[in-house]
Amino acid sequence: MSKVQLTNVRKTYPNGAEAVRGVDMEIDSGEFIVFVGPSGCGKSTLLRMVAGLESITEGQIQIDDRMINDVSPADRDVAMVFQNYALYPHMTVRGNMSYGLKNRGMPKEEINQKVTEAAKMLRIADFLDRQPNQLSGGQRQRVAMGRAIVREPKVFLFDEPLSNLDAKLRVQMRIEIKRLQRRMNVTSIYVTHDQTEAMTLADRLAVINDGKIEQMGTPIDLYNNPATLFVASFIGSPQVNLLPATFDGQHLVSGDVKLPGFTDLPTSTDLVLGIRPDELHLDDNGQFPMRVDIVEQHGSDNLIYGGILGAINEGDEETEFCFKAGQDMLPELESTLKLGFNAERAMVFNKESGERLR
Amino acid sequence: MKRVQFEHSTIPYLFVAPQIVIIVVFFLWPAAQAIYQSFLLEDAWGLSSQFVWFRNYKDTIFSESWLQAASFTMVFSALVTFLSLAIALLLAVKANEVIRGASTYKTTLMWAYAIAPPVAGLMGNLMFNPLIGDLYKFFNAIGWDFDHKLDSFDAGFVVVLIAVWKQVSVNFIFFLSGLQGIPKSVNEASMMDCKSSFRRFWTITFPLLAPTTFFLMVINITYAFFETFGIIDTTTRGAPGGATNTLVFKVFQDGFRGADLGGSSAQSVVLMLMVLALTVVQFRFIERKVHY
Amino acid sequence: MKQWNWRLISTHTILIIGVIFMSLPVWVAFATSTHSAESIIRNGLQFWPGGEFVNTYKEVLFVKGGVMKSVLGTTMLKNSLILGIGFAIGKVVISMLAAYAIVYFRFKLAVPLFWVIFMTLLLPLEVRIIPSYGVVAGLGLLDTHFGLIVPLIASATGTFFFRQFFRSVPDELLEAARLDGATAWGFFKDILVPISKTMIAAILIIMFVVGWNQYLWPLIMTTKEENYTLVIGIKQIYQVLAEGGEVPQYQKAFALTILATLPPVLVVLVFQNWFVKGLVESEK
Repeated sequence: MSKVQLTNVRKTYPNGAEAVRGVDMEIDSGEFIVFVGPSGCGKSTLLRMVAGLESITEGQIQIDDRMINDVSPADRDVAMVFQNYALYPHMTVRGNMSYGLKNRGMPKEEINQKVTEAAKMLRIADFLDRQPNQLSGGQRQRVAMGRAIVREPKVFLFDEPLSNLDAKLRVQMRIEIKRLQRRMNVTSIYVTHDQTEAMTLADRLAVINDGKIEQMGTPIDLYNNPATLFVASFIGSPQVNLLPATFDGQHLVSGDVKLPGFTDLPTSTDLVLGIRPDELHLDDNGQFPMRVDIVEQHGSDNLIYGGILGAINEGDEETEFCFKAGQDMLPELESTLKLGFNAERAMVFNKESGERLR
Repeated sequence: MKRVQFEHSTIPYLFVAPQIVIIVVFFLWPAAQAIYQSFLLEDAWGLSSQFVWFRNYKDTIFSESWLQAASFTMVFSALVTFLSLAIALLLAVKANEVIRGASTYKTTLMWAYAIAPPVAGLMGNLMFNPLIGDLYKFFNAIGWDFDHKLDSFDAGFVVVLIAVWKQVSVNFIFFLSGLQGIPKSVNEASMMDCKSSFRRFWTITFPLLAPTTFFLMVINITYAFFETFGIIDTTTRGAPGGATNTLVFKVFQDGFRGADLGGSSAQSVVLMLMVLALTVVQFRFIERKVHY
Repeated sequence: MKQWNWRLISTHTILIIGVIFMSLPVWVAFATSTHSAESIIRNGLQFWPGGEFVNTYKEVLFVKGGVMKSVLGTTMLKNSLILGIGFAIGKVVISMLAAYAIVYFRFKLAVPLFWVIFMTLLLPLEVRIIPSYGVVAGLGLLDTHFGLIVPLIASATGTFFFRQFFRSVPDELLEAARLDGATAWGFFKDILVPISKTMIAAILIIMFVVGWNQYLWPLIMTTKEENYTLVIGIKQIYQVLAEGGEVPQYQKAFALTILATLPPVLVVLVFQNWFVKGLVESEK
């Protein structure tokens, strides 16, 4: 049970590149935090700084009020699961799991007991004497977790641990990681670029962009109340529909499309309207005429993609919307649907700054 | 470069120390001495020496015997490189084609790698022995007035033959592994695009082997320059009349047998420059690989 | 009736000619070594083994004056083994340590030291023979195993090979080991050396062959016959044959070439896969 605190943490590489530009964060005991963001946003660097694998250029990282900036990785009492597992290929599963304990000088019997216990929990007890290359991807993943668990660390660190697995296994392991973390109640930081993984695993989610935290909060809070255009478009699948627009004092205007129900918006700035695909509905009086391009049938529901007729174009591309409908909704291709939306639930952003205006 | 490295003040130095010490004592120091001595002229008893600038270079490099050795080395290297590469490539392509017996062919074609050049030299020497050598008898029987002890062309023939024989296996190993490194799908695609296997080889396979070939050329030239010392030393020893002297053999002859320290050192320095040139060419080509 | 596949036939013909070209000289050397000196002089080279195998090899290996003035064949064999094995092990140890420091440590002189090691490629023994002899003689190392082996093991090839290999080892392995509390020496000993096993074996094999086949260095380094390796013995027998004298002992010359060839060839054949892998990888 440990708290982690990051205070104005920065990372600048010798070549001047800034990977992390001032991150403040407080992680409670037993909390499961996910760092999510596009590749190159600095989320892995931040995790590796907590692990001690990257030096900290500025700021402080504390675990349980102990400053660990200059503590070696081995002495920070953290354990990490790597993307490619980083198992020692020449050691057995048992050897892999006990290596860290041996280096800490733990007596042999105690090691054995801990390894057996962890192996049971992860259901790899039958493989203890095999080598990593004799295991499947999912089993290797479990061994990597076992190696972290036996150490009984204060903090678990996960660096995109599921990205090497196939889709089905990924879902399965995702659930297992969550279950394990609940059961052991160890503070965890998890890095991923996959928003579904982020949404499903996190107690709290930190969306990171360009070395800074865009927004931090519970997954549902970030989905419902994104603070910026970036967060809105990053969280949620299928992606939020975005429509470039301006405000004329009464309506949001985008080409021929005029949308009522908005007030208190600046009239001189370029805006972006955001509507989640499931916030759209069929409506004979709807403001969005959509020409149907593609219908994806996902089983329980259908995703209908198409251009909005008359809306402002971004470059040559037509503004395209996605409309989430039930499975019996099967419009003809090239037909036109009329879509309505609830202005109360729609989001408006400043196009330039990405800031949420309502 | 690793993302994470150890930071230590002493351990890395301890680890590189053995190699560095040996290099300084047995590589750099002798090389420096060779350079230094190449500017000195010793008297006949080796008691006193005099700094003579480039006189040793002038005297040796422009001497007829050095120029003879240099031109022999060039011709010798070109022949050995071309022939051993050509034979090895032919064998590798064929060995890569067969299915039945592939591993037997591979083994029996590559094992000569393990034979030392002087051993190959002595074997060849005996094959060409006027008294018992079948090859000597054979060439004379077919009407070639063969005598490698007197005729410089014949002597050259002997050393080239032995040097090529010794080098084919190395080239074969590299060509074969180069051929096996070409993805199967590329071969299959080319079979659909081009009917003639001959054309396929020269338009697809050979260009894909270009890096291997280039690399082997450097290796073979180096071999012909340096490692053939053992072959020359156990066959012709430069005879007749210096016609089969390579540059390296001449350095050795002049330095140890002739005790001409300055002249031999000057030759050594010229050789160093040649190696430097070869290495520069080599690493220009594979720059990314030495990029530190 | 099955049609003749001319392409296949020509392929096999070329390969068989190649095999004969590569193997026949050694076979003839072996066959001839099993005949008596007199019959060789009378009948020339032999293509089939004769009855003198035991006599010839016994004399070459175990009889004083059988092939050299005083040294036995077995002694030369021993010297060759010491050179081959010592060279191989020395080279692996020294180059692994250096490559480990260069790849896994951040230290001030890393780049200059790397270039010092690189320099050895520019200075093959052949261009510095005489001063090298001077240095070894000056240090009193002539005719010693140390002086024979150590100057040979410092060249860059091994270091570059391991450097290349270490760089291909995933970074995460070191990171995981550091989180597991491994020290610099611990990581080397517990992780890096064990996972390099195949590479080490391959290099050992190649270097054994290279060491065994050394010629120029032992030639100038050893002055006493008792320190000759088999390969140097070749030189000696060449001299004896060239000088003439009584009945030339060609069968012994051939026997010596066979003895000098056999161990490295066996090593290469037995460990063929490792050997090829190591050879091809090391030149990358």
